[in-house]
Amino acid sequence: MAEVKLKNITKKYGDVTAVQNMSLDIPHNEFLVLVGPSGCGKSTTLRMIAGLEEISGGEIYIGDQVVNEKDPKDRNISMVFQNYALYPHMTVEENLGFSLKIAKEDKEEIETRVKEAVQILGLEELRKRKPSQLSGGQRQRVAMGRAIVRRPDAFLFDEPLSNLDAKLRTQMRTEIKKLHQKLKTTVIYVTHDQVEAMTLADRIVIMKDGVIEQIGTPLELFEKPATKFVATFIGSPSMNMIEAKITNISGELYMETNDGISVLIPKHKKNSLAEGQKIFFGFRAEDIVPLKFGQKPKNSWSMTSKVNLAEPLGTETLIFTNLGNTEVVSRMFTPELVNSNDDLEFALNLDRTYLFDGDTGLAI
Amino acid sequence: MSRKFFSGPFILILPSILAIGFVIIIPLIFSFYTSFTSYKLTRPDSLFNFVGLRNYERLIDNTKFWYAFGRTILFLAVVLNLELLFGLGIALLINKITWGQRTLRTIMMFPMMFSPILVGFQWKYIFNDNIGLLNNFLYLFGYESAIPWLIDKYLAMGSIMVAEIWANTSIFAILLLAGLLGIPRDPIEAARVDGCNSWQVFKNITLPFLMPFIFIALTIRSLDVGRAYDIVHIMTGGGPAMRTELIWTMIARIGYKDANMGFANAMSYVSIILSIAFTYYFFTKLVAARRDLGQQ
Ligand SMILES: Nc1ncnc2c1ncn2[C@@H]1O[C@H](COP(=O)(O)OP(=O)(O)OP(=O)(O)O)[C@@H](O)[C@H]1O
Ligand SMILES: [Mg+2]
Repeated sequence: MAEVKLKNITKKYGDVTAVQNMSLDIPHNEFLVLVGPSGCGKSTTLRMIAGLEEISGGEIYIGDQVVNEKDPKDRNISMVFQNYALYPHMTVEENLGFSLKIAKEDKEEIETRVKEAVQILGLEELRKRKPSQLSGGQRQRVAMGRAIVRRPDAFLFDEPLSNLDAKLRTQMRTEIKKLHQKLKTTVIYVTHDQVEAMTLADRIVIMKDGVIEQIGTPLELFEKPATKFVATFIGSPSMNMIEAKITNISGELYMETNDGISVLIPKHKKNSLAEGQKIFFGFRAEDIVPLKFGQKPKNSWSMTSKVNLAEPLGTETLIFTNLGNTEVVSRMFTPELVNSNDDLEFALNLDRTYLFDGDTGLAI
Repeated sequence: MSRKFFSGPFILILPSILAIGFVIIIPLIFSFYTSFTSYKLTRPDSLFNFVGLRNYERLIDNTKFWYAFGRTILFLAVVLNLELLFGLGIALLINKITWGQRTLRTIMMFPMMFSPILVGFQWKYIFNDNIGLLNNFLYLFGYESAIPWLIDKYLAMGSIMVAEIWANTSIFAILLLAGLLGIPRDPIEAARVDGCNSWQVFKNITLPFLMPFIFIALTIRSLDVGRAYDIVHIMTGGGPAMRTELIWTMIARIGYKDANMGFANAMSYVSIILSIAFTYYFFTKLVAARRDLGQQ
């Protein structure tokens, strides 16, 4: 039961800076998800909080204490490792009870808590087995159980679901969410799967190259991405992104793509733009739809273009087409058949477009 | 049938079969046969003097042999345990050091680079009661009465053990270091997060992972120490008054000095049982330790 605070923490491996100047306040009971591409420093951050990695600069607080110099054993934190890290020579129940045994809890208490964990995670049948006799999903649950028997101040999860198949992953995701609601503890959860991040998190931290790109609730990140990177990272399919330049045509600002297509800039964006500025122009798949099968938005721009490919997914259909030379994807929610090579008229909802600076990638 | 017998594969392995036959099987059968004769090296015709189990019967009544047998077991027990302890310590230390590890590993191997005979001579010189380094060193610190390291009935055995341990601890160290380097990092980190201090990590995680390596080292060394001869022969020659006589120094004495080869061979076969017993024991333990870790 504690909040976790990072103050300007930095981690250097020789010349490589894995994490730079990271500050983060995680209140008690929050489910915080760290997400970002491979090598962005997620694991490193988690390992610094756990005490497995020395901190090159800054401070980490757990509760109101600085824990920089504390051993992992004195931090009262549980961690679930990416590849489970079970003790191969111990049975499932020994694995679960190990931390309690080390803490010299009495036998009955250990038994009750192990039993509880075993029930929560459905491991009753497997109590006497060794890790080598378990499937990946079962091992994963043991790893989770080992973390929960301790009643720690905070849970750290490092991509715990990455080795599971799609179905099991969805199932375990729900379990984790339920567990958090039941145990009411601070959770810091690392993943590179943005769906996992969106569904689990109270707040998401998006990292890139060792720095935080944006912190916010899943909806905030989805609706108001602060950078081009966040915009393309969150949401599936990825946000369409087109390179363009600002031009002035008889007093009105347009964005002009490399291949000469001009789109009028929505009024509320005008003030922060200058003629000649390079920008990225983004919109989500559901905001560009075939007119035939949808309603024309109030403020829109249309084009007629050939369908490159259609992917019917049941509840939705993804249509790949070209805007100029750039391929964009459109998502429609009506179960209509669309054929490749059909010419369709698409309407883009201009109220839901995003502009990012061409150099810095910051939202405009 | 006969065609198959002289087929290509058979012809190809024939040289190795012949080599094994000449080097191992024939001597084995021959020595086993001689243990049932009164074969004396000085009287070749005695080779055909079949005496049945007499040599083995004599052996059972021979208290000197059983003393040597017991002493060998004691020697094995002390040497193996101490080598394990020191080897483990050295391996753990070197594993901790990140800078200059390779140089240290090489230095650690130095004792293994010398012939056991020379190691024996060196330690014989160090332990010499008169001119030896050790006594002279003690003398510097005011300890004036010379200690008869190789002459006292208890000290002599200890001195040989010291030499043996000095020469071979690095075998343990190198095998255990290999084991340490192979331990996955994850369980150790998990244990640290689970609340273990360094000692608890060592006891609960590192040691179980090292067990297979410990038993491999023990097997190798038990065979090695079980046939100890050279170092004893050089340092004390089995003396004083046979107090450092081990099985193989006794066998060599009876076989070559007394030329009583039939009897000596009977002794060898009994002593082999000892080696087999140790090997079997350690291998059972090795298999159990590996099974424990989920390695099949
Ligand atoms: N021991 C190390 N020595 C040197 N560089 C390291 C070390 N550990 C990590 N790094 C570097 O630090 C950066 C961050 O690594 P980290 O493991 O935190 O990435 P990650 O975000 O967890 O990636 P993934 O999603 O692939 O697990 C990487 O560029 C990596 O190469
Ligand atoms: Mg990682």
